[in-house]
Amino acid sequence: MKIEGRIWVLGDDIDTDIIIPTEYLALKSIEDMKKFAFSPLRPELAGSIRPGDIIVAGKNFGCGSSREQAPEIIKSLQVSCVIAKSFARIFYRNAINNGLLLIENAQLPDVATEGENITVSIGEFAEYQGVRYELSPLPRNLMEIIEAGGLVAAMRKRNGLE
Amino acid sequence: MGYTSIEKIINNNLKTDLVRANDIVTVNVDRVMIHDIFIPFVADKFEEMGFTKIWDPDKVVLIYDHLVPTSRVEDVRHFQIGDTFAAKYGIKNVHRSDGICHQLMTEAGYVKPGDIVFGTDSHTTTYGSVGAFSSGVGYTEMAAILGTGQLWVKVPETIKVIIDGKLPENVMSKDIILRLIGDLGTDGANYKALEFTGSTVANMSTASCMTIANMAVEAGAKAAIFTPDEKTAFYCSVSLNDVPEISGDEDADYIEEIHYWAEDLVPVMACPSSVDKIKPVTELLGTPIDQVFIGSCTNGRLEDLEIAARILADKKVADYVKLIVTPASREVYKQAAKNGIIEALTKAGAIITHPGCGLCCGRSGGILSEGERVVATNNRNFLGRMGPPSVEIYLSSPAVAASTALAGHIALPEL
Amino acid sequence: MGMTISEKILAKAAGRDRVSAGEIHTVDIDRLMSNDGTTHLTIDMFNTILKKPRIADKDKLVFIIDHNVPADNPKTAAAHKKMRDFAKEHEIAFYEGKGVCHQIMMEEYVRPGELIFGADSHTCTYGALGAFGTGVGNTDFLYAIVTGKSWVMVPHSLRFHLTGRFQEGVYPRDLILTIIGDIGADGATYKVMEFTGDGAKAMSINERMVLTNMAVEAGAKTGIFQPDEKTAEYLAACGREPKYLLESDPDAVYEKEYYYDLSKIRPVVARPDNVDDVVSVDEVKNVIIHQAFIGSCNSGRIEELRTAASILKGHKIHEGVRLLIAPASNTVYLQALQEGLLDIFMDAGAMIMNSNCSVCWGSCQGVIGEGEVLISTGTRNFKGRAGHKDSKVYLASAATVAASAVTGKIGGHR
Repeated sequence: MKIEGRIWVLGDDIDTDIIIPTEYLALKSIEDMKKFAFSPLRPELAGSIRPGDIIVAGKNFGCGSSREQAPEIIKSLQVSCVIAKSFARIFYRNAINNGLLLIENAQLPDVATEGENITVSIGEFAEYQGVRYELSPLPRNLMEIIEAGGLVAAMRKRNGLE
Repeated sequence: MGYTSIEKIINNNLKTDLVRANDIVTVNVDRVMIHDIFIPFVADKFEEMGFTKIWDPDKVVLIYDHLVPTSRVEDVRHFQIGDTFAAKYGIKNVHRSDGICHQLMTEAGYVKPGDIVFGTDSHTTTYGSVGAFSSGVGYTEMAAILGTGQLWVKVPETIKVIIDGKLPENVMSKDIILRLIGDLGTDGANYKALEFTGSTVANMSTASCMTIANMAVEAGAKAAIFTPDEKTAFYCSVSLNDVPEISGDEDADYIEEIHYWAEDLVPVMACPSSVDKIKPVTELLGTPIDQVFIGSCTNGRLEDLEIAARILADKKVADYVKLIVTPASREVYKQAAKNGIIEALTKAGAIITHPGCGLCCGRSGGILSEGERVVATNNRNFLGRMGPPSVEIYLSSPAVAASTALAGHIALPEL
Repeated sequence: MGMTISEKILAKAAGRDRVSAGEIHTVDIDRLMSNDGTTHLTIDMFNTILKKPRIADKDKLVFIIDHNVPADNPKTAAAHKKMRDFAKEHEIAFYEGKGVCHQIMMEEYVRPGELIFGADSHTCTYGALGAFGTGVGNTDFLYAIVTGKSWVMVPHSLRFHLTGRFQEGVYPRDLILTIIGDIGADGATYKVMEFTGDGAKAMSINERMVLTNMAVEAGAKTGIFQPDEKTAEYLAACGREPKYLLESDPDAVYEKEYYYDLSKIRPVVARPDNVDDVVSVDEVKNVIIHQAFIGSCNSGRIEELRTAASILKGHKIHEGVRLLIAPASNTVYLQALQEGLLDIFMDAGAMIMNSNCSVCWGSCQGVIGEGEVLISTGTRNFKGRAGHKDSKVYLASAATVAASAVTGKIGGHR
């Protein structure tokens, strides 16, 4: 499957407090929270992201808290995937569970320029400015969760609700 | 080939001996911890998933700590949802104001050596201090565990950390973990288990081990693990016979071994705004500060308050500096009151707040203003954590924090 | 014609032999107290409006941070920083996190015969020591900082004769609520409420504070007791001397006289949303509560904590109730610690707050949510005072609050 999108570029160690600061965690819904995404670092970003955009980041994206609102908000902003050098582990699982596609690649984040476009052939390669970067596929059990549309959908199916 | 501690715990859990690092397995969960800040989302996802009952309500612990006491009108909604959920699904283990989740889980006896425990908080790694495999998960996975009692896990590889020798007087376990995170980097232990051993570790109190296990996640670790011993058995109120044999084998497959001589360690701090930006306190001496916070699941225990009281006894916090002390639980507060610690700290000018997450989670409890600087004993100093991005947060041990409060600037503990 | 004690204090402050109610005089102010409710605004005015900013006498100023401690957001923190920096620069006495302002003032500063302005309405508290304390706004306060003076219209006095003794389980808090219920929230507007009689003399200074503190809730300019042996004892314990020991003359003129037999007072509450909507506790028994508060400049001293402890001892609070207890100052806190009261509170499941305005101020510590009910020893129960605009506050004595926390309903098991 192929996806294409405009990229936003962030640095290393983007932590969950940047993705959604604690002071907004008692707001009622993801809808209420998402306008504050990335506010300590890039206050304009949440309002500028368009459906289908892609986030490219350095190492250790999503480090910090287990707040699942972090990937859930990114998903609700309709970001199609996050490409980073590496992901923090709780964020990683939470993202998969929310059907947010995560792609690890060590070279792309070093060359990416904000505003440019990138094409991703999931599990195979990413193409940027005419160069192809090889991607490793996710483990099968994780792809199953993403393909099911996330863990809630998978559990609903298990409980005979779909 | 021998087994690492994590491999042993998981093998015991699955009653096999075949499990090795990198295997993907489904474990049986012994206990879960859910706290106030995320219970509304857990409850939502649980019902959205179509579950009608919790696999074993007695294995669930619901703890209110991030929002205690309330600081905004919307906070009570979390308690209302939590109370309703607990009543509906038969959860009896509910703690509404007893203290911080990670303090209570071991203090109140919910975690035993060898257990597999998950919590809706990244610092769930804390219970590795009593020999449990414990890790943080998101609210969706917590909902799935509530319904199934199980979770898939990729068995982490293990980094062995050996610390031998006797710590200098002014060096605490906080300095050890900060040093390690500085050496590994914030992702240096990504997806790994950190197994702690050595003579220094063997002689450490459970409380000191908790400080180290608590911050393992700041190096990206999935879990921290300490070998349970008599001290652990006593702390967890189990007999030594009931403590499983889970010490890492000499010939187990460790992907890395890191060794420290305790005598070489010095008091350090994590500088703004990353936990791995470690510098010796000697390089930061004299940096003026506006506030000091002693508390959190990292360093809010009796031994932490005790050393602060020792440093501040019969002295006064520097003029125009605020010292906020938040004991990690009611039990700790009561013990500290009994031991004269609370009196000593109050007379020195400390502001003692009710046990809870307090300033650490950044919703209230001592938020700072543009350009101010705080020294704190918690586990994170991310941008914007305790006020606007210009607020500088330095992480340290309670000894360094207390000495800093006394001096009004970053200072070395003299003990 | 004689003068009342408050007329005598104002006469001395005006440098005159006598003053009469209704006259306007320029007076010297003995002490100026400001807290983190408004000091940052006063400082802004000092720095931007005045052509020649100066402080008449820095030794008369006291700045106290007590309302939002610890700070709950960057704006509060900035206001605190402004106060702190100004106090440091101008060498003004400064307290942060040591207790509620009026408690600190009583413990450290107030002397009988003084005229004290505070940028806080409950400055009337200091009448418990025979001083004239009154709340003013920023502009009056700023003027007084710069000149050391202000103008005052001499208020008429109302005299409250208190006789007899309280029954078991009835407290000065019940009395002041009853009085406010009787005369109304405007029943003492611009008057002095002077408390006298053998019932008044029998009260400790701390008990007198409960009455004078809430004088402003009946609209009064201040409340006052004549100094006596109890006053002397309190001052001696604090190591202070009075400024003047003044008494009301036998032929002083009062606008109105009220008579209260303390033995007839019953436990009462002030119902939401008015301080003067006072009814017997029996009338609101079984109202479900969600939060209970013991503290504030009105009822956060050792007597109230002892009373609460005696009721809570051996009990656990209801699981649907959050009980917050905030000693009015670190001195009170330490005494409660030494007497084992904090242990009793914690065993009962209460939360001990640091010494600050806390739930009474309702801004950031123990805020209540939509539809919740609070029963409190605080000073006010206006709509939204303790949190959400659709929440309710009942005011009551520490004993009533403690008992209510045990059963989860007003009145409790008493």
